[in-house]
Amino acid sequence: MSLGSLAHRLYSGEVSYDFVGKRRRWYAISGIFLVLALVGLFGRGLNLGIEFKGGSEFTIPSSTATVQQARDSAKAAGIADPIVTEVGQNKIRIQSPALTPTESAKVTAQLSKDLGVKQGDIGVTLIGPTWGAEITKHALQGLAVFLVLVVIFLSLYFEWRLAVAALVALVHDLLITIGIYALTGFEVTPATVIGILTILGFSLYDTVVVFDKVRENTKGITSGNRMTYSEAANLALNQTLVRSINTSVVALLPVAAILIIGVGLLGAGTLKDLALALFVGTAAGTYSSIFIATPVACQLQERRPEMKALAARVQARRHAGDKAKAAVKKSAGDADDAGELAAVGSEATMAALTAPSTTSTGPRQQPKKNTTRSQRKKS
Amino acid sequence: MAAPTKTAFKPGRTLTILGLILASLLAWAFWPGLSHTPRLGLDLRGGTQVILSPVSTNGVPITDDQLKQSVEIIRQRVDGFGVAESEVTTQGSGDNATIIVSIPGTTNQAILDSLSTTAKLDFRPVISEDYGSPQPAPTASPSASGSASPSPSASASVSVAPKTTASASASSNGAAVTGGLRPAADTPSPTPSPSDSLTTTSLDSTSAAGITSNNGLPPIQSAKNDAALQLAFKNLDCSKTGATKGGATDPAKYLVTCSTDGQLKYLLEPAAVQGTEISNAQAGIAQGGAGWEVNLTFSSAGAQQFADTTTKLAKQQPPQNQFAITLDGLVQSAPRVNEPILGGSAVITGQFTPDQAKALANVLKYGSLPVTLVPSSVEQISPTLGQDQLSAGIMAGLLGLLLVVIYLVIYYRALGLVAVASLLVAAAITYSLFVILGRQLGFTLSLAGVAGAIVAIGITADSFIVYFERIRDEIREGRSLRAAGDAGWIRARKTILAADFVSLLAAIVLYFMSVGSVRGFAFTLGLTTLVDILVAFLFTRPLVSLLMRTNWFTSGKPWTGLSPDRLGVKSEVVPVGRQSVVAATAAKES
Repeated sequence: MSLGSLAHRLYSGEVSYDFVGKRRRWYAISGIFLVLALVGLFGRGLNLGIEFKGGSEFTIPSSTATVQQARDSAKAAGIADPIVTEVGQNKIRIQSPALTPTESAKVTAQLSKDLGVKQGDIGVTLIGPTWGAEITKHALQGLAVFLVLVVIFLSLYFEWRLAVAALVALVHDLLITIGIYALTGFEVTPATVIGILTILGFSLYDTVVVFDKVRENTKGITSGNRMTYSEAANLALNQTLVRSINTSVVALLPVAAILIIGVGLLGAGTLKDLALALFVGTAAGTYSSIFIATPVACQLQERRPEMKALAARVQARRHAGDKAKAAVKKSAGDADDAGELAAVGSEATMAALTAPSTTSTGPRQQPKKNTTRSQRKKS
Repeated sequence: MAAPTKTAFKPGRTLTILGLILASLLAWAFWPGLSHTPRLGLDLRGGTQVILSPVSTNGVPITDDQLKQSVEIIRQRVDGFGVAESEVTTQGSGDNATIIVSIPGTTNQAILDSLSTTAKLDFRPVISEDYGSPQPAPTASPSASGSASPSPSASASVSVAPKTTASASASSNGAAVTGGLRPAADTPSPTPSPSDSLTTTSLDSTSAAGITSNNGLPPIQSAKNDAALQLAFKNLDCSKTGATKGGATDPAKYLVTCSTDGQLKYLLEPAAVQGTEISNAQAGIAQGGAGWEVNLTFSSAGAQQFADTTTKLAKQQPPQNQFAITLDGLVQSAPRVNEPILGGSAVITGQFTPDQAKALANVLKYGSLPVTLVPSSVEQISPTLGQDQLSAGIMAGLLGLLLVVIYLVIYYRALGLVAVASLLVAAAITYSLFVILGRQLGFTLSLAGVAGAIVAIGITADSFIVYFERIRDEIREGRSLRAAGDAGWIRARKTILAADFVSLLAAIVLYFMSVGSVRGFAFTLGLTTLVDILVAFLFTRPLVSLLMRTNWFTSGKPWTGLSPDRLGVKSEVVPVGRQSVVAATAAKES
């Protein structure tokens, strides 16, 4: 109940968080995270999986074998310094430098003999040292192509300033996600790369939803003098806040499910790596579409001469005196807000076409009729 | 009044369209007698996946034709092992290309070993030739050869390239083709007749005599053409599993092997000309217009070797007047030499179809590749682990769906149920598409693909949330429920399309730019995004529209999810109009 009522008050502007105005604060918070991320990235570096370094990995399903037994067996098979870990339920993982298929067959035979596991049940992964470079190259190429295409699309759909703001938010998400990987030392595997690349689409999904509302609120804004661009955008943010939270929660729930099952049941592998990257990235994406994308978009917009002029007019209007305040409230919706009316009017017309019940006499009036009438009665 | 009714949205019709789509997809996917489950990737059912990267050995970039030939060689090797459903596919092109070999089931070390050996193309004079497998009757007369070895590639003949006019070889070509190949019974070499080749003596007894072979299967090599090698030739059965898998050969040694199709077997001399000496090979229409032929040009060293050998071979009796073209240790073609070929260019004629001629030309041109295939990644997943991963994926999917359903129903009540129904429709469509695509296009569902489908639950549900929130916005602006359902859609539609387009863009770019498991994920993500749009437009939207017309919804009961109370609109506070919202905020901030 309370969330619904909060949603309403956010929508009507009764409750409003100043996301855009306090942008320095958000930039500072993100700045700290980004610095930490870069320190982690260049200081500690990423913990790359064998897919990137090259190497061999043996997964032994056994409930009886111990880590020590596995280590001894691997050493007996000729692996000088095996890394042996227990993963998930009843699984032991042995990692070693790159082996040839023949060498690995020897190791598998040895492990099978020593640990009493069927040879066919042992999972083996051999990765050549150049493979990781290949994956990374492809991923970076894909990233570059995607970013270019997205900027083109968003420039066409919105305009270049919003496209740039969306891109800033996207890069922010990517850096923070990669930084968290560097700081925590989580292993980076191809599945992690998939997860990070998926964040691209996801982070933008959220941003597109918010920007759509921003555009709606700021349509024709320059012809009025009631709100600056930033104020209209901030209202859009508040109006879409509940939706942003809902879409993010709903997107995170399946990812969380993968994470829980992936870690709990399998211990390691594709599912865990993918879900972890997605989880971090989606959370960062939600944050950035509210706290980074829109404030940056506003900053870019406010540089435009017409927006500066608008801001000046709004300022002048507000200085006209406190008396005007009351008048503003009463004359709400009157002709001096022509821009707003035009924007709303056109959309309402479309609505009327699909809603046969609405009369053709001014679609804007129809749904509002009762409202205005009752307001008039009261006043 | 007439105009709006004309363009009015008809939910019933849209729902019918979706129903038809869904029904036909389900019928197609669950057609009796066919597989009703998606084709699972190796990581979900166990198997070996090897990713090979071609590396140029001479620094010259790899062409697509060379790559194609490499894939053909690998495919021949893998298919030769006879493991059902083995697959060889390529991604990318040129130097960036990778060859992906998938072998289901438990590991086969021999296959793995065979993948990274480099293929060689050689020209070897034929010593003996015979049916590849024991023949049913000893009456295998020459005339029976037509049925035993119908392969025109094996019955081709090689002659001087006719430069200007049809040379004398034209008539002998015709003879070569109609004559076909004979069993080796009438050859001077001590080759046994087909009826004698039914012995099952193991090759192990002869392995001490310097013969190299893999489990008695071709390519079998020896430094001398001795009795042991001849016994190996005699005992060779090309119909056995693994007999046509090929493998690395030493050009300096004698070779016992099969033709690629296993129809014929050969005892061959050491290589007289190596494939690296071929400078060009092209398929073309024969002089005189009768069928197709392959033109062949040698380098200067190769021309000399070829001239020497053909001079010698032309004088021999069949089958020793034949020149076997071996690729990767298997005989691709064994044309008869009609005359000495001195000019360094030759023509192989025979009853080729255009495709056969082109294939042979490609073998000659690219068979000796300056390319080695390096295994970049070898992944062996046991069937047990595959099963574990599959059940983990399914569990994660069900858990994810359950969590989303709970959240949606708690927050959106009846509308949440609409979202749940939409999710189920989307799931049914997606599953059907997985099954159909697996059957029709060989699409395999990998673990990454399953993860993509689970992630898609959230993204699909997001579209519904965007729509529902828009409806609520419209109600807050004072619209009637029914009008809000329609007006909200018009606004949400744009947002959903834009946001889904970005997702689709990401999926497409990922698909075309990535390697390995990333692709499976991208494909699933792209597919589910399209399904999301389909369901939102053809199911969710009309369903909401219908519900908005029911009395129960318009009553504004709490469980509709749209009651004024749940929207936070107090009954005495009449929903504010848009302009007053704007004005109120402006006033407050001034």
